[in-house]
This record gives sequence, structure tokens and C-alpha cells, in this order.
Amino acid sequence: MLMLLFFCYCAVVIIGTGLLAVTLRNPVHSVLMVLILFFHMAMLYLSLGAEFLAAVQVIVYAGAILVLYLFVLFLVSLKEELRMPRFVSSAWLGRLIAGGLAACLLYILPVFSTGARGNWPAERVREITPTRALATEMYSASVLPFEIAGLILLVAVIGGLLLARREKDSSNTNG
Amino acid sequence: MIPLSWYMALAAILFSIGVYGFLTRRNIIIMFLSAELMLNGVNLNLVAMSYYLESMRGQVFTFFIITVAAAEAAIGLGIAICLYRNRRTVYVDEVNQLKG
Repeated sequence: MLMLLFFCYCAVVIIGTGLLAVTLRNPVHSVLMVLILFFHMAMLYLSLGAEFLAAVQVIVYAGAILVLYLFVLFLVSLKEELRMPRFVSSAWLGRLIAGGLAACLLYILPVFSTGARGNWPAERVREITPTRALATEMYSASVLPFEIAGLILLVAVIGGLLLARREKDSSNTNG
Repeated sequence: MIPLSWYMALAAILFSIGVYGFLTRRNIIIMFLSAELMLNGVNLNLVAMSYYLESMRGQVFTFFIITVAAAEAAIGLGIAICLYRNRRTVYVDEVNQLKG
């Protein structure tokens, strides 16, 4: 009963803040709404026994990625944003597509049937804490994807530096 | 015990909210934020299935998705800064240089 209440609270907050995030006029308010959403996602992860991912969700998503978004928002001008229209001229088409997608996904949901069970039953996970179970799986079965993820981060660092770099000769013209 | 389908329904709704934001907003930064919402919807699905199917595969996948999301945010926001520096706008419908 308590879990049900907890889930319903999290679901209502996630859907509400998600809708507010994509409709609010001020982009800073949108980012703050997404911050609340990420914290509630982390709470759901905790209730699903993914404590490491809950920590990563708070540290990486709420701590790093959203701060990056806020920085970039403050770099571009916010003043005109408050006066301009928020939505593209064909927003009704986007609403139609998103609504149709939600309806289709929810409609086909009951057809879904679960596959074979994995080799990490709850007792075994509880025996060696969830974080160690995750690490065991990650460093044994998915070592190669782990390395590729490191490579992707390296590419992101180099790409971010390259994109944000200011050209020497155009620095005085662009101010 | 909450049924798995509730989590999947929540994830589907969150994904659709992300699609809605991505298709309707003009500000490219809010569009990236909507993409993050979509990724979070998928993450919730994977973590819930990992719990109900007693497998760690879903959590490993979620970990990689968070990695890729961080890379995507860094690159995407770099592009947004470039766009603003060159065109003085972050609105996608004002970037129509390639339009005939």
C-alpha cells in the first residue's frame, strides 16, 4: 500500500513536471522542472533496487547535465525569449503526433509479455549488494561496451572543445 | 507489488511528453531537454524490467544511456552555442539557410 502511494506520487510529479517543462515560457523554469523530475526518477530507481543508478541520476543528470543546460541558457539571451512565441507554427502537428504516439504505446502495452528471467534473483542481489551485482555484470558481460562508452566520452570532450572554441580572426568582429 | 505495466505506462507517457516538447518548441535548448526526457523514459523502462526480470542487463544499459546522454548534452549544447554565435538565434524555425 505504501509502495503504491509512493509510486503514484512519483508518477504524478513526473508527468506534471514533464508537461510543465515542455510548456513553460521561461526556459530556466523548464530546467528547474526537469530537475524535480530527475530527483523523482532517482526515487523510483531506489524503489526498484537500483541504488547506484539513483546516485548516478542525481550526480550526473541533476548535477552535471542540468548545470550545463543552465550555463548555456544564460549564455544566450533570455530577454527576448520571454516575448517570443514558444511553439513553432506547426505545433498542432507535433501535439497530434505526440498524442497519437502516447495512445498507440498505451494501447499496445497489454500485449507485451515478459521474456526469460535473468540470473540475478533478488536473494542473490541482496546477498552481495545491488551495486556490486551491477559491477559484476558490467565488468564481465559488457566490458567492450564499457570501453566504447569511455571512447564516446573522449569524443564528446574533444568535440565540445572544438565546437565551443572561438576562432582567432573572428573574435574581434563577433565581440 | 506494483505491476510492471504501470512502470511501462509511465515510461511511455514520459517518452511522449519528450516527443511533444521536441516537436513543438522553438528553442533548441528546450528541444535537447526534451530529448533528455525521452531518454529518461527509456531508462525507467529498462530499470523496471531489470527489477522484474531479475537481470542486471537493464541497469547496465541504463548506465550506458546516461553516458551517451552526457556526451549528447555536451555536443548538442556546443552546437547551440555555435549557432547562437554565428546566427544570433537559438530558434530552430529561424535557421532556414538551406531552405530553397
